[in-house]
Amino acid sequence: MTQQNTPDNDATNLADPNTDQSRQGSASQQLPREHHQHHHEHHHDHSHLDDTALRVRSLETLLTQKGYIEPEALNVLIDTYENKVGPRNGAKVIAKAWTNDRYRQWLLSDATAAIASLDFSGRQGEHMVVVENTAQVHNMVVCTLCSCYPWPVLGLPPTWYKSAPYRSRVVIDPASVLAEFGVTLEPHKKITVWDSTAEVRYLVLPERPANSEHLTEEQLAALVTRDAMIGTGLPLDSSLVSL
Amino acid sequence: MKGVHDMGGMECFGELELSDTDVHFHHDWEKRVLALCLAMGASGPWNLDKSRSARESLPPSYYLSAGYFRIWFAALENLLLEFSLVSTDELATGTVIDESAKLSVLKASAVPAALLAGSPVERTMPDKPLYQVGERVKVSRTVSKLHTRCPDYVRGCVGVVHLVHGGHVYPDSHAQMQGENPQWLYNIQFNADELWGESRSQAGTVHVDLWQPYLENMEAQ
Repeated sequence: MTQQNTPDNDATNLADPNTDQSRQGSASQQLPREHHQHHHEHHHDHSHLDDTALRVRSLETLLTQKGYIEPEALNVLIDTYENKVGPRNGAKVIAKAWTNDRYRQWLLSDATAAIASLDFSGRQGEHMVVVENTAQVHNMVVCTLCSCYPWPVLGLPPTWYKSAPYRSRVVIDPASVLAEFGVTLEPHKKITVWDSTAEVRYLVLPERPANSEHLTEEQLAALVTRDAMIGTGLPLDSSLVSL
Repeated sequence: MKGVHDMGGMECFGELELSDTDVHFHHDWEKRVLALCLAMGASGPWNLDKSRSARESLPPSYYLSAGYFRIWFAALENLLLEFSLVSTDELATGTVIDESAKLSVLKASAVPAALLAGSPVERTMPDKPLYQVGERVKVSRTVSKLHTRCPDYVRGCVGVVHLVHGGHVYPDSHAQMQGENPQWLYNIQFNADELWGESRSQAGTVHVDLWQPYLENMEAQ
């Protein structure tokens, strides 16, 4: 398969990708020697990309030969986060809170235990706090310093969550970020932002959609989007449930 | 320190890129980088705070332009070198030259249990928290010149204790490989106008998790 993405289209970039000039700027004593050697050796458009793929493979081989890693363990790690852990976990938590007020109370007072009771726990979800949207308050979660995110309930963070525009702007101008997600809140609502600076991970409990009284917990879970649990979105409309 | 990773409140990065919001990996090598970092994080002698510090220590221009997984990869290479697990010649050639260190390797069969266990950082404290819920506190302007989790945009600002999380491993010490040195961790609520002057449309409060050494007693002002 040909690589469609040039380095400059690589959406993992934190900021607007820059020109080759800025990549040359990577030359510094803080990077391993490899980095600039490669930068100076290749000049065609895909050099950055091809270089990285080769170097990652080379390092994996080296670490395997050194006896530091077992490649099959890497496959299991990737499979876990590509296929097993994702926002459907969090959606089950939210739907249960919507239908069971005792569970909701538990979730708001001890989220780590309440979420673990549904078998979602572990790495990057060791210490959970759930924050509840109300008629007055809309919550949004960010990690301004890196990319902290509640993996057991939401899986890996989406690219935009790790990007400089999101990390920088949510704390100062959250409504403008919401607008880019196509979300407009009622004018009287205030936005509370949670910056994940420690090992505590935050999950938003959205407001239950209107006219959803007749829906089952499973049907409600289908309305809970990943973005609704980060606070950059709202749950789907209850009429969208396929009965 | 205040580095380029400390982005809260900057307004120079433009709009979000929201074209393919469900894609986690754009290249297969990115998956291998994620897994390499997780596997070496489990078997390597460093810790999560040290890993974060390594990423933040990359040259600012590289941090801003390289892309997320290249940052992880470059930081992993640097950690492997710093802890003498590989040599520069081994990195350059991709072949084993020096004797390996003795590490406890993460086996495939051990992955599920390792992920389930995670790395809880809450610790029993010998003392009581200095601040109580509802108390006003000021964030110190004096922070570590090295790795810290006190974002620049709250330094010098006054907030209110919203939660006392408990005793948590202190990243400023842990990232320097100086032990866990657990400290009381609080969730502090700041009004948007305290942080930014005139607050923007619908901005209410910002909550930040801060360790006790980052805070000053208002009584002492």
